[in-house]
Amino acid sequence: MNAERTSSAKDASAGGNGTLNSHCPTGPIETRWDKHRFDMKLINPANKRKYNVIVVGSGLAGAAASATMGELGYNVDCFCYQDSPRRAHSIAAQGGINAAKNYQNDGDSVFRLFYDTVKGGDYRARESNVYRLAQVSVNIIDQCAAQGVPFAREYGGLLANRSFGGAQVSRTFYARGQTGQQLLLGAYQALERQIATGKVTMHPRTEMLELIVVDGRARGIVTRDMVSGEIKTHVADCVVLATGGYGNAFYLSTNAKGCNAMAIWRAHRKGAFLANPCFTQIHPTCIPVKGKYQSKLTLMSESLRNDGRVWVPKYEDDIGKAPGDIPEEERDYYLERRYPAFGNLVPRDVASRAAKAVCDEGRGVGSTGLGVYLDFEEAVGRLGKQAVSERYGNLFDMYHHITDEDPYAVPMRIFPAVHYTMGGLWVDYNLMSNLPGLFVLGEANFSDHGANRLGASALMQGLADGYFVAPSTVANYLATVTPGAVDKGHEDVKAARSTVKERVSKLLGVGGKRSPDSFHRELGLLCWDKCGMARSESGLKDALEKIPALREEFWENVRVMGTGEQFNQELEKAGRVADFLEFSELMVRDALNREESCGGHFREEHATEEGEAKRNDEDFCYVAAWEHGGDGNEPKLHKEALNYEYCKLTQRSYK
Amino acid sequence: MKLKVHVWRQANASSKGKFETHEVSDISPDMSFLEMLDVLNEELVDHEKEPVAFDHDCREGICGTCSLVINGEAHGPQRAATTCQLHMRKFDDGDEIWVEPFRAGAFPVIRDLVVDRKAFDRIIQAGGFITARTGSACDANEIPVSKEIADRAMDAAACIGCGACVAACPNASAMLFTAAKVRHLNMMPQGQPEREVRVRNMVSQMDAEGFGACSNHFECEAACPKEISVEFIAEMNREFLGAMVKADNTVPKRG
Ligand code: FES
Repeated sequence: MNAERTSSAKDASAGGNGTLNSHCPTGPIETRWDKHRFDMKLINPANKRKYNVIVVGSGLAGAAASATMGELGYNVDCFCYQDSPRRAHSIAAQGGINAAKNYQNDGDSVFRLFYDTVKGGDYRARESNVYRLAQVSVNIIDQCAAQGVPFAREYGGLLANRSFGGAQVSRTFYARGQTGQQLLLGAYQALERQIATGKVTMHPRTEMLELIVVDGRARGIVTRDMVSGEIKTHVADCVVLATGGYGNAFYLSTNAKGCNAMAIWRAHRKGAFLANPCFTQIHPTCIPVKGKYQSKLTLMSESLRNDGRVWVPKYEDDIGKAPGDIPEEERDYYLERRYPAFGNLVPRDVASRAAKAVCDEGRGVGSTGLGVYLDFEEAVGRLGKQAVSERYGNLFDMYHHITDEDPYAVPMRIFPAVHYTMGGLWVDYNLMSNLPGLFVLGEANFSDHGANRLGASALMQGLADGYFVAPSTVANYLATVTPGAVDKGHEDVKAARSTVKERVSKLLGVGGKRSPDSFHRELGLLCWDKCGMARSESGLKDALEKIPALREEFWENVRVMGTGEQFNQELEKAGRVADFLEFSELMVRDALNREESCGGHFREEHATEEGEAKRNDEDFCYVAAWEHGGDGNEPKLHKEALNYEYCKLTQRSYK
Repeated sequence: MKLKVHVWRQANASSKGKFETHEVSDISPDMSFLEMLDVLNEELVDHEKEPVAFDHDCREGICGTCSLVINGEAHGPQRAATTCQLHMRKFDDGDEIWVEPFRAGAFPVIRDLVVDRKAFDRIIQAGGFITARTGSACDANEIPVSKEIADRAMDAAACIGCGACVAACPNASAMLFTAAKVRHLNMMPQGQPEREVRVRNMVSQMDAEGFGACSNHFECEAACPKEISVEFIAEMNREFLGAMVKADNTVPKRG
């Protein structure tokens, strides 16, 4: 069955010799999406209601896709592990959403947003996809404004913009420091409207535990009702995963506690290729770790770097001193020093590595030595406290709550933390995986950000995929299949259900001594040490030995209290940790394979004399898409070559 | 710090609950309240006991998942903060802490401290949206919105839907939650066409879910982690009355 699955998957996307077909349209890049939309098949309005679509995840991508496809007339079942779709982690995004509106008349354009995104991603994203993203960015803002999203406005009533994350133009739209919340609520409200009409059925507190594949096509999912424990199968004509990233493999991250990789990992095990898992984004401005009990990390919006200045003491012996006692000339504003052109606004990966470098030199501040100052003294002097508080008041309050320190009086202390994952399931231009009928949207796919995501681009991608791309490309796929071809009685559906049941009882039956959390913490620390901000061959090889050993211990020594037939958070955690224990091995393997430094992936062996990243376009200008090899076997690498017709491959320089 | 924690345990919706008392030690003042519960749960698991179920997700005060009534206050003693943003430095060594679920008829207990808040989603379904078909929107700058309106709409839209307002209200009223959404959308120019039907339907749904009436205790505002103002309730009441009068006079009633 394995062999059969692989061969039919290959028919769809993978050619011989490990090359992959992205199905990108040809012709001038500006016309590709329009041409493709025209070429795609449509479904007659009367026939749409014959098709069932499963959407897993209710964040920006999932909620937008469910609402839009429901509105178009398909029958949609949407699943989320939260108690309400409004709580998906997109809600936590603070800073904003990019769009090439050029409302500021400062020289922005679709082409410039496209170019910035490809360059910012360190030339590891597909040009056609990124161009489309920049194109539909303008429709997103229109759509959200029409939904009543209370975007920030200028006095004249027009939309306000700010420059974000080092962009040379002001193209970021925002709603105070709660942009993700407001965009998600817009999508959530559109979704609830469809739920009320009956076109979307919502399944909250329901977790996907398996993907159902029949004859090489994604046909449904197996879920666990998190309240009653009931294991159920759901079949459909296609499956859309919008389940977010895998940042919680590191245990400590800015993700919500529930974020997990189970859906994408289950799909991977069933034949979907996983692409570039080593591309993880470490965000430079997070609140440092305080103690062993720490359960998550909190991000302070990147917008703070617009006015805050980053520094550490020049001399190691000053690290214990109160920051106010360190005179100006004994401070090292290391970003301004190393990157005079961009200063404090260098991209995230560069800022994070620079912070690590000064801490490695022993100049980090705070009790753990893992922190740098983000100082607003100059900004308060220049703009006044009032103006600073208008811009960042809620962020300052949040910092104050958590650390008990007043950032108006003492500089903030920040440190990088895992924030976003650029890697994910491999998809073609249609956002379809190599497994036909499986679509992957938002952070769960690998497609648009290359090796590094620019600030304010995650919200853009989630909504682009959900509102504008998937609804057309899913239709194009559905037009090729007979609706309702598989029912719940099918052998493969029943088999998927029994696999899940067995797995749940296995987890409950181990009867060991350690909690799922204790394994998760240990795995997270290992990933952070060996596969975090800097990676080396020896460290990665060490992790490749340790992860399987930890996994083995997990299956012998995990203790999951309670039963499967009840609300059981320990069981939920155990299942997610079990998958992180498999997933992280692939992430490390990918990092070992990629013998270059590029975006969020920094290999110590591949750096310039000054310690800057050294990309290797000669050998690594490709997407690494991994095929699961079956338990105990090595995964197989497929390469999708990246061709740059419009962007010139250059070494990024922010000097 | 060492603390005595009395925590509500209830196996499921149909069983009777009771308080259970546990001692926790080695609590750092820098821990969040939920991290203190994590420590308690690790200990329970060590002793082969079932850990306490509680809702949480983002742990940064924005998703609205965490709940808990702590020493009689929804989200605990700190103003303008959710439970996940409450830190143990607000407590003293040797304190006794009482932890309960958000209690309201419309929020049935699922297990221990976890409650079902789906009633809020149904209030949104009744009208908490602006109908804007995907792809049909005009250019975003074609409809200017004054900064004043946008800012005030944002004040209302900041609601995280946690339900603390309901838990804090002696009548378990959902007026603050409903008013925040009604006012956010009804203030925006884009929300005008549906403004009357929105307020009528959302208020009726709120009543149908079994939430109580508002008798101006204003406990909701005090408990709200986002400091949503009770002024929105007064504004919604005015809109509701107007919309009902108009509905009686001009619009043929729907079945
Ligand atoms: S856990 Fe998200 S608001 Fe508290």
